[in-house]
Amino acid sequence: MNVLEVSGVHKQFGGLVALDDVNFQVRKGSVTAVIGPNGAGKTTFFNLITGVYQPDRGDIRLEGKPLVGLRPDQVAMLGIARTFQNIRLFADLPVLDNVLVAMHGRLSARIPGILLGRRQIRQEERRAIGEAYWLLEYMGLAPYANEIAKNLPYGTQRRLEIARALATHPKLLLLDEPAAGMSPRETRELTEMIHRLREDFGLTVVLIEHDMKLVMNISEHILVLDYGRAIAEGPPEEIRNNPRVIEAYLGRGAVSGA
Amino acid sequence: MIAQTLQSLPQVLVDGVTLGAVYATVAIGYTMVYGILELINFAHGEIFMSGAFIGTAILLVLNGAGWLAHLPKLLVLLLTLLVAMALTGLLGMGIERVAYRPLRHAPRLIPLISAIGVSFVLQDVVRFIAEWRTGNYIVTGVTLYGSEVNFGSITVKSNALFVLGAAVVMMAGLDLFVRKTKWGTAMRAVAQDKDTAALMSINVNRVIALTFFMGSALGGATGVLFAQQYGTIDPYIGFILGLKAFTAAVLGGIGNIRGAMFGGFVLGILEMFASAELGPLTGGVLGAEYKDVFAFIILIAVLLFKPEGLFGQAVKEKV
Repeated sequence: MNVLEVSGVHKQFGGLVALDDVNFQVRKGSVTAVIGPNGAGKTTFFNLITGVYQPDRGDIRLEGKPLVGLRPDQVAMLGIARTFQNIRLFADLPVLDNVLVAMHGRLSARIPGILLGRRQIRQEERRAIGEAYWLLEYMGLAPYANEIAKNLPYGTQRRLEIARALATHPKLLLLDEPAAGMSPRETRELTEMIHRLREDFGLTVVLIEHDMKLVMNISEHILVLDYGRAIAEGPPEEIRNNPRVIEAYLGRGAVSGA
Repeated sequence: MIAQTLQSLPQVLVDGVTLGAVYATVAIGYTMVYGILELINFAHGEIFMSGAFIGTAILLVLNGAGWLAHLPKLLVLLLTLLVAMALTGLLGMGIERVAYRPLRHAPRLIPLISAIGVSFVLQDVVRFIAEWRTGNYIVTGVTLYGSEVNFGSITVKSNALFVLGAAVVMMAGLDLFVRKTKWGTAMRAVAQDKDTAALMSINVNRVIALTFFMGSALGGATGVLFAQQYGTIDPYIGFILGLKAFTAAVLGGIGNIRGAMFGGFVLGILEMFASAELGPLTGGVLGAEYKDVFAFIILIAVLLFKPEGLFGQAVKEKV
């Protein structure tokens, strides 16, 4: 069964075609990678899925529900969460609040109830804080709960971004270059963590990544973008040996010379 | 001379704190909107003024109908405050929807001009209604608590106690709301990064509307209390008061709610101090009319040495 179905998606910025008629399916429970040279349209692709941009044409569905035309917060409510290539935490908020923010859409409290201090709202807030602490614990962030996010070390901030994404209760988790700036050891830990997340939360993961070792290790399916076009798709073994992919990465000479 | 100053100091402090409470609650409205949109909402002073007129109108109508004498004063004051808060809150939300939201992605100067336009419109609409109903745009309202209380050498209008009490309750409530509730957390998140907040399931437009509602309701309530404290109002009171409240917000570090409260009290006390003491201290060369100059010189001095305000964070240039 497919969690995400992207069909015929096209996006243009002025004269630049960022995505050209891209089709893409993501199987439920899979780990899928989107790769391609810089400027291939990978991040634009994530922005279209999450509602940051609207496609010029084409259709995007999450478990059959159309996403085109929805605002980012509505898409998030349907079950898509993401992290960012450049870390985008709420840098001046405490770690705990970063996670609580992401629960906003799921909490039912409305203003009048808060002003009246209704019991069920206080209970809900308490449950939310409990869950936030549990998530921090799970991601190994519990000791930092009251630190201001920007004071955390880089790798820890990356984990906090994932914890925050999990707090929206996603079905589909989009990771934009999760291994960027990580040491080989951190990257190995990341690989294990992604596997664990998938098991423990029943997630489907789509990641953009440049670290080919990570990509080949972790993903069951790969989509290759180049200049906005999907030039190849398939399991890692196939992608590794695909001449068009090698060409896109290394240039034409690399293939003819081989 | 010093002895005289010291002797009048308690009175100056009491008056300064009362005026400061007014500045502080209005300053919160500026700082909340700036924090979330980086917009100086120049119409906020006029929202304060509208609150003063709404409150005065309610009391005049109740008085005209002869009910005022039969109802408990405290109940009347509370109801007037609540109605004025609801109406000015909706007014603020409406202004955001009509005059700012369509310009959200325009260059910064454009919504600023729009804000100035809104404040002229509000001044003229209120003036029109006031002249139409009372024949004069300067309106003298009904004072609920006109008596004065003496504590030793200090004289306090009993209304000032309500100004202070209401200001403290509202500020404490807002502070709790922003720090503890999910909507407050959402506000802080939206203030930092609207796009990311949206991706984390927050309806950004709703949070912005809420921010305008709360800031405007505080400003409106303060308008009601101001009209009670000073008796006479006109459609232009929002301009200077708004300017000073904005100054207070900058003094405390714009975007910082607690800073705005502090800045308001500092400015109120400085102004009252100048108003009472400038004459005696300078041997009559400078009189009370220089109080604003004095207060603003302090502001300039603070900003020269601490441009981010007393509690603000120095903004790092984004590279």
